[in-house]
Amino acid sequence: MSYLADVGTLAAKDLRLELRSRDTVPAMLLFVVSTLVVFNFALPVGASAEAAYGLLWAALVFTAILGLTRAFAAEREQRVLDGLVLAPSDRSAIWLGKTIAVVVFLALAEAVALPAFALFFEPVSWELVAAVALASVGFAAVGTLLAAMAAASRARELLLPLLFLPLVIPIVVGGVGASIGDDPGRYLGFLALYDLIFAILSWASFEYVVTE
Amino acid sequence: MIAARGLGRSFGAKSVLRDLDLDVAERDLLLVTGPNGSGKSTLLALCAGLLAPTRGELDVTVERSRIGYLAHEPLVYRELSALENLDLYGRLYRVPERRERIGMLLERYGLWEVRRERVGTFSRGMQQRLALCRTLLHEPDLLLLDEPYAGLDEEGAALLDGELAALAGTRTLLLATHTPAGVELLATGRLALA
Amino acid sequence: MLAAAAAGLLLVGIALAFYWVPNAPIEGFRQRIFYIHVPIALTAYACFFWAAWKALRLLWTRDQSYDLESYTAVHIGVIFGILTLVTGSIWARTSWNTWWAWEERQLVLFLVLFLFYSAYFMLRFSVDPGPRRASMSAVYALFGVVLIPVSFLAIRLAEGLIHPVVFDEEVNTRLTASQFLTFIVCFAGMLALAASLYVNELTGKRVDERLRELREALS
Repeated sequence: MSYLADVGTLAAKDLRLELRSRDTVPAMLLFVVSTLVVFNFALPVGASAEAAYGLLWAALVFTAILGLTRAFAAEREQRVLDGLVLAPSDRSAIWLGKTIAVVVFLALAEAVALPAFALFFEPVSWELVAAVALASVGFAAVGTLLAAMAAASRARELLLPLLFLPLVIPIVVGGVGASIGDDPGRYLGFLALYDLIFAILSWASFEYVVTE
Repeated sequence: MIAARGLGRSFGAKSVLRDLDLDVAERDLLLVTGPNGSGKSTLLALCAGLLAPTRGELDVTVERSRIGYLAHEPLVYRELSALENLDLYGRLYRVPERRERIGMLLERYGLWEVRRERVGTFSRGMQQRLALCRTLLHEPDLLLLDEPYAGLDEEGAALLDGELAALAGTRTLLLATHTPAGVELLATGRLALA
Repeated sequence: MLAAAAAGLLLVGIALAFYWVPNAPIEGFRQRIFYIHVPIALTAYACFFWAAWKALRLLWTRDQSYDLESYTAVHIGVIFGILTLVTGSIWARTSWNTWWAWEERQLVLFLVLFLFYSAYFMLRFSVDPGPRRASMSAVYALFGVVLIPVSFLAIRLAEGLIHPVVFDEEVNTRLTASQFLTFIVCFAGMLALAASLYVNELTGKRVDERLRELREALS
């Protein structure tokens, strides 16, 4: 199917760009570790394990924002997005390709963040890893769409966190719930539901964000 | 191919195009002239489908895959090479015999030697040539060229002259330019924007 | 006319709420704010759904006139949202002696929605007016309406983690006839109020738009 070929082309392009410029992923890696260290000092002595897990999720949200701010940077600088939008390929393919790339970037950051967290704070369970994986899909799906909106605005980087944070509150709930709750399955199910709903919505509405 | 009635476009409070009527038939070459800010680029962007009219109607009967648009910016990724950029567009536009076509265009426009270098290292003129390659890659039926001569040196301009002479009469072209001297002979019509 | 109906319904409704309907069995007089708070909350939801409907129409038809309608509905919705938070806060103060209660699901939901729709205005202010801004706002308004049930679910799930669920044994979900009547009158009044504010604001904005067009045409 040519649609999937387009998605593949676009995702490959984004990954190749990151490999060349190497500006987003290293920043995310450093940011998440720095944030965790800051949180060590932010947590009072005798703070519970639950609090630590909560802060992990805060760190992940802000790292996602950092990464997403750069999501359309290359397209915006050169107005290349116009070139992509003009192509006969479906505009939603742009969203899907970009989202896949963002998931990869997030996964790389998390591959560093989770071991660091286990080292500094609390053990990391399989449920937590699953929750982080599902959450990354949610962050990427919604974040890519919002990043495209922010790229079209004057406020740029300032706008993305404002749009992003309210929408990802459910992800934080799901993630923290899966980390500390008695019934992580319920929260993982909720995360999957969130991903499904918002991925479909983002996929379908991306066209309207990049065209007039 | 293109029909506009009472076409207008505003950006916020500022209206750039007002009450424009236009008819472009197949294989016409329309020269769009006018000073800075008169709306040449806006008209081309509207025809390309990047902008929607805020007033009036615009009907472009060509589909997206058959339109070639040359903007002020080259619309290429700085971090990718010339080859990679054209390959990307070639895939998205489903250009048949992609590699051969890309190779041919790069050679014709004198970019073959630097095909593997990052576009960020290119001069303005080279970027413009690459942008031309991008525009012509899929052999579009409708060409929208916004200041195609900008940044080109003598050699580049000569190449473009040749290309336009070859295209005129076989494709439909809208050419926006400050300096119409070169292409006047080819034009079948002229639109002067105030 | 609509404004008159709104005024009438609200006056009657408030009178009923404060003078006619008997005191709630356990909560007493304080419970009467329910007749203000809940209709306001439901009206806010109605505004957001109306905005999403208009947004959908805009994306479907690309008719720019829906943009102003959607925006105005969000605006009125946010006003009612703020009122929900305020009246909810007052209710919390009178019931539990605290100005905020994370246990109150509706209140937390409205806080999330308030943040969301405030960002809507930030979005609109930072994009130049035009078809682009209209489509982006429309997409965002649609996201808002999808966020409502998802957030509600999230908040319910969160209760197990953040605060122990406090079940209020006194909560009586069935309303008596007089309570129901009072509620309906207040709700109708709030809806009428929202509708009259909406029509008022929309007319004003359309006149502004027309004025701008005329000025432009003359210059």
